[in-house]
Amino acid sequence: MDKDPNNILEQVTKNDYKYGFVTDIEMDTAPKGLNEDIIRLISSKKHEPAFLLEFRLKAYRRWLEMTEPTWAHIKHPPIDYQDIIYYAAPKQKSSPKSLDEVDPELLKTFEKLGISLEEQKRLVGVAVDAVFDSVSVKTTFSETLEKLGIIFCSFSEAVQKYPDLVQTYMGSVVPYGDNFFAALNSAVFSDGSFCYVPKGVRCPIELSTYFRINSAKTGQFERTLIIADEGSYVSYMEGCTAPVRDEHQLHAAVVEIIALKDAEVKYSTVQNWFPGDKDGKGGIYNFVTKRGMCKGSHSKISWTQVETGSAITWKYPSVILQGDNSVGEFYSVAVTNHYQQADTGTKMIHIGKNTRSTVISKGISAGHGNNSYRGLVKIIKRATNARNYSQCDSMLLGDQCGAHTFPYINVENQSSIVEHEATTSKISDDQLFYCKQRGINIENAVALIVNGYAREVLKKLPMEFAVEAQKLLSVSLEGSVG
Amino acid sequence: MLTIKDLKVSINEKEIISGLSLEIKAGEVHAIMGPNGTGKSTLAWAIAGNEMYNVTGGSITYNGRNLLEMPPEERACDGIFLGFQYPVEIPGVSMANFMRTAINEQRKYRGLDPISSQEFLSRMEENRKLLGIDSKLANRSVNEGFSGGEKKKSEIFQMAMIEPTLAILDETDSGLDIDALKVVANGVNKLRSGKNAIIVITHYQRLLEYIIPDVVHVLYKGRIVKTGGRELALELEQKGYEWLKN
Repeated sequence: MDKDPNNILEQVTKNDYKYGFVTDIEMDTAPKGLNEDIIRLISSKKHEPAFLLEFRLKAYRRWLEMTEPTWAHIKHPPIDYQDIIYYAAPKQKSSPKSLDEVDPELLKTFEKLGISLEEQKRLVGVAVDAVFDSVSVKTTFSETLEKLGIIFCSFSEAVQKYPDLVQTYMGSVVPYGDNFFAALNSAVFSDGSFCYVPKGVRCPIELSTYFRINSAKTGQFERTLIIADEGSYVSYMEGCTAPVRDEHQLHAAVVEIIALKDAEVKYSTVQNWFPGDKDGKGGIYNFVTKRGMCKGSHSKISWTQVETGSAITWKYPSVILQGDNSVGEFYSVAVTNHYQQADTGTKMIHIGKNTRSTVISKGISAGHGNNSYRGLVKIIKRATNARNYSQCDSMLLGDQCGAHTFPYINVENQSSIVEHEATTSKISDDQLFYCKQRGINIENAVALIVNGYAREVLKKLPMEFAVEAQKLLSVSLEGSVG
Repeated sequence: MLTIKDLKVSINEKEIISGLSLEIKAGEVHAIMGPNGTGKSTLAWAIAGNEMYNVTGGSITYNGRNLLEMPPEERACDGIFLGFQYPVEIPGVSMANFMRTAINEQRKYRGLDPISSQEFLSRMEENRKLLGIDSKLANRSVNEGFSGGEKKKSEIFQMAMIEPTLAILDETDSGLDIDALKVVANGVNKLRSGKNAIIVITHYQRLLEYIIPDVVHVLYKGRIVKTGGRELALELEQKGYEWLKN
């Protein structure tokens, strides 16, 4: 039995990233680099209406004036934005009408990832939109949803079929000039998912998008827009993986959610982009802007995220609580192992009266990982009786990792109640020995204890995801004993 | 089943057990008594294999195997169970999940398939009733927020679930009222058979009214100073430990 925790760590961190394969498929790619011509090219490839090209160009021009944010607790070499391919799509003769027309190589990839579209078609419960590099491959279940008036399709399709909805809501929660990465996304986004749930409709199945970066040197810039009309409900899940590559790849997504009066949106993410190898080589730079707007009264938006992948995660799924009595929630588990860095958290902006928000963040750091929680709770003057409860817990495994908490609380209203709790813990030798005495080896003991620590968040995930997330946590942390 | 010869154990370079020998056969219940700080718990930890306790001499043989060469989880899988004096809390991990993980690890070690949900649940139910434990137990986090008595009962519950070959109960009776004591004794007596052995570590004779030991040892300053039958426990109760010092 090796008693040195660092040796145990060493042994098991050789773990392979099991989604690291590359699909050999013919691609239609744009030349490297970014300029107005590239943006026009993307827009014309997608036969976009004029308003969208306009939106992209405005965003691009704004982006040129902006600089990369430096306030996050992360370190990386400068990103050369001219060395990235901004558009890559699997070559298709025409857009697929049914699964039979989708390239079999692509379908095989999704099968390897455990989300066989073929199976999805039969299984009732989850509708999947799969985004491969930049293009949405096929949305399953659309027909079933159509009967209820629910629109669930790729962003490109929505642009063609429902341009009014897109024009009304796109950029209404995350304006094109919101931040450096959102501006970049607004200029070059190629696809993503779109969802509209009509008045009073409760979406009976979990909607799901699967993102996959395949091509080398390619950035992924997807955009998701979810609109829940009055009194509707939808639960939405998002999963992500990428092949193992030596160089870093950029992922800069934007997700916007709009919840109208009495509507509820639940958004769950299991993010498992390639994290880089154990020496910190390669991995995805994940710079994502996710924000929801509780526009109507009594609306609710809930973010749940399990972040185990990416070399760098920079992401703050937020809620603007505009409607009176609206509710925002953020539940997060973020794991950093090896040389991974995460600066993640949320913003809860209380504008309406009697608005409530809950923040539960569980950080887990192992190896040389650095994990930061950064959160803002803002309560403006007219938001009477607003309430926030935040709990930020950190768990440290090993002695080379770091955990940091940066809470910002900004209260302008006397009647509000804001609570913030934070803890830092380690897995104790006593806990480990207790498990071992029951016959559980050290790796399984760590997995058990970590999953227990994260249970409050994991139980918020839809069933399909919870099991996956638990396994992922165990794999990401095998042997990381402190 | 268990043979300990001239065992020496130290913690932080301080010798706690200095040449202890003990022989336990299948079917026997041994009580180990003695005042505080004489090495009773240290003996339990050393048998269970806690790395903090340094075995500096002697040997422990368990069913013909050199126990000292086995990591603690392997000792557990081979049938050694320790009922902790201070059970550890594991937040967020339900007792059901904990027990199922433990049982399946042990089954895997023995080349068996994982336990079926049905069998597991009925075993949980049976033992829960036997020990009069609240039905919410399965979903509560391991030992978290348990009262002292609940923690001790939970140890016996785990023992009943795991069905060990050799159970060591480290002061399981301390802090228990008479009803809880009976419950604990019930659990222990249920495990008792010709194939198993039990070591009961205790200060008091009280528990031994319900769990009748075959052999009683008195541990003092890291050595067994007296061994006898059940009557030795009664004698200790009357005379206290003072007379051992002479």
